Amino acid sequence: MLIVVRNFLSIFILLFALAPIARAELRIEITQGVDKPVPIAIVPFGWEGRGDTPPFDVAALISADLARSGRFAPLDPDDMLERPTLGRDVDFQDWRLLGIEVVIVGRLIETGRDDYTIQFQMFNVYRGEQLLGYRQPASKTQLRGGSHLVADMIYEELTGIRGIFATRIAYITATGGPGAQIFRLIVADPDGENARILVESTEPIMSPAWSPDSRKLAYVSFEKQRSEIYIQTLRSGARRRVSSRAGVNGAPVWSPDGRSLALTLSKTDGNLDIYTLNLSNQVLKRLTHGPSIETEPTWSPDGRWIFFTSDRAGGPQVYRMSANGGTAKRVTFEGAYNARPRLAPDGQKIAVVHNDRGNYRIALVDVDRGYTQVLTKGHLDESPSYAPNGETLIYATRRGLQGVLGTVSTDGRIHRIISSLEGDVREPVWSPFRVN
Amino acid sequence: MKLIRQILFPVLMIVLAGCTSESTGTRDASGVGSVPIGGSGDDVYRAGSPMDEGAGGIMGTRIIYFGFDKTDIESDYRDILAGHARFLAANPDVDVRLEGHADERGSREYNIGLGERRAQSVREILLLRGVSSGSMNAISFGEERPAAMGSGEEAWAQNRRVELIFSE
Repeated sequence: MLIVVRNFLSIFILLFALAPIARAELRIEITQGVDKPVPIAIVPFGWEGRGDTPPFDVAALISADLARSGRFAPLDPDDMLERPTLGRDVDFQDWRLLGIEVVIVGRLIETGRDDYTIQFQMFNVYRGEQLLGYRQPASKTQLRGGSHLVADMIYEELTGIRGIFATRIAYITATGGPGAQIFRLIVADPDGENARILVESTEPIMSPAWSPDSRKLAYVSFEKQRSEIYIQTLRSGARRRVSSRAGVNGAPVWSPDGRSLALTLSKTDGNLDIYTLNLSNQVLKRLTHGPSIETEPTWSPDGRWIFFTSDRAGGPQVYRMSANGGTAKRVTFEGAYNARPRLAPDGQKIAVVHNDRGNYRIALVDVDRGYTQVLTKGHLDESPSYAPNGETLIYATRRGLQGVLGTVSTDGRIHRIISSLEGDVREPVWSPFRVN
Repeated sequence: MKLIRQILFPVLMIVLAGCTSESTGTRDASGVGSVPIGGSGDDVYRAGSPMDEGAGGIMGTRIIYFGFDKTDIESDYRDILAGHARFLAANPDVDVRLEGHADERGSREYNIGLGERRAQSVREILLLRGVSSGSMNAISFGEERPAAMGSGEEAWAQNRRVELIFSE
């Protein structure tokens, strides 16, 4: 469904139900990995179906996912001595000779007109034992997503941590020169593939936020020459405007139960404060008062607390208050600038934009003790967002003059840059785990 | 937006010119003319107002700049705003949008806050000088609409601003 809204000033905004972009918009490079990634082999899958070539290279996608995590070193298929597709055909001695610790074999099987099964088995090479075997059904359009699900299963079995290959990211792009810019809100796989435009506008879009069920995105749009907050449903492209009050409407975030938004309003007094908005009954509740700037709210995962940015102490710092409002307690104490908090999934730390000796970098701050660990190395880093397994952060940074995205593991060891072929990329947000 | 700005400046000049001359009269050295007494017998002179030539004058400066992390108005700009306030108070049909901006450093929504505070600072000065609240509209764009692309103090200084945009 495509909706076009025009007004007399030739501002246009296009809304899409996940319209696909013709080519992959993002390109990913590894800039720093772990010292000893696990040697693993994902043998090219067999094909059981019509025609000589399978409709999708499952093994290549799984291999790319595991490599991109920085924790695995997949063997180049050209170096494989044999290519079994079933467990009973695996000769473990051959793989031990190559120094491989884990081998994965499988087949893509056509089961119907546009239906398939992704079948795989995973073995510990030294013990010769099967670790995992599974048959994952997938329709033709689900082959990419199904392969990501398999990569997630493998990752969880080997690391004990739930994989994020089947999650999504949303981000904003800006292309064109001053006075003629196009802004887009895009949803893609974490590898940058499968990118789809949600919104396209001649005016800025900001602050995308995923709903807890991954079905909607809230965002700020300036299509009316001022800030307003919208919620758009991904599947249908339908959207509704949830806040267009006088003054600023900004920084929307969802409560963990999906029933409310926390947001920033300035109303007519011009003073930014935090409010919550109940999405079913539209009841608005003001949580902060006072002349300082209060903005960038975020909920703790258990829904009990709201963390936010306030400059009541002179410069921006992060504070915490009960989700019902009340006294706020300061949480960041290192550095003159700490803003835009986001909670880790376990609630122990916040990721913030932190000014470190003149450089704006992403730091993790322990919520209870205030210990600050600077993770990134740029000059203008911003917008950190946790992957739902808490292992990685995605954030916005620069490469030269271009706005690009970066990912960094929360232990600070694995760094990656994600750049667009044209224009700037900014404000990335990682989706929750998919709810099936 | 651009269209409105281009029309307004000539309109502004015509409005001011109309106050100062009607038919032949003498002009003194400052360029302000006096209105001759017509046949109506009315000998009260209406007040003239200064005419600014070119973009360097007070009415041409419609962007107020701010220091890093600052939202208060420096004294040079206060004089400029006084001029705008007089114009607006004398022309109640004219509205003004006060668009506040910030440079790109730091988080985006906090920068919306800085832009809003700057726009509100300008609004307060105009209000104190007699501009009606209803003819002003303060909006923040944060760092989302830079005047100067690129990084470094030169670009940042140009982006920390409030733009006054007049319309009728």
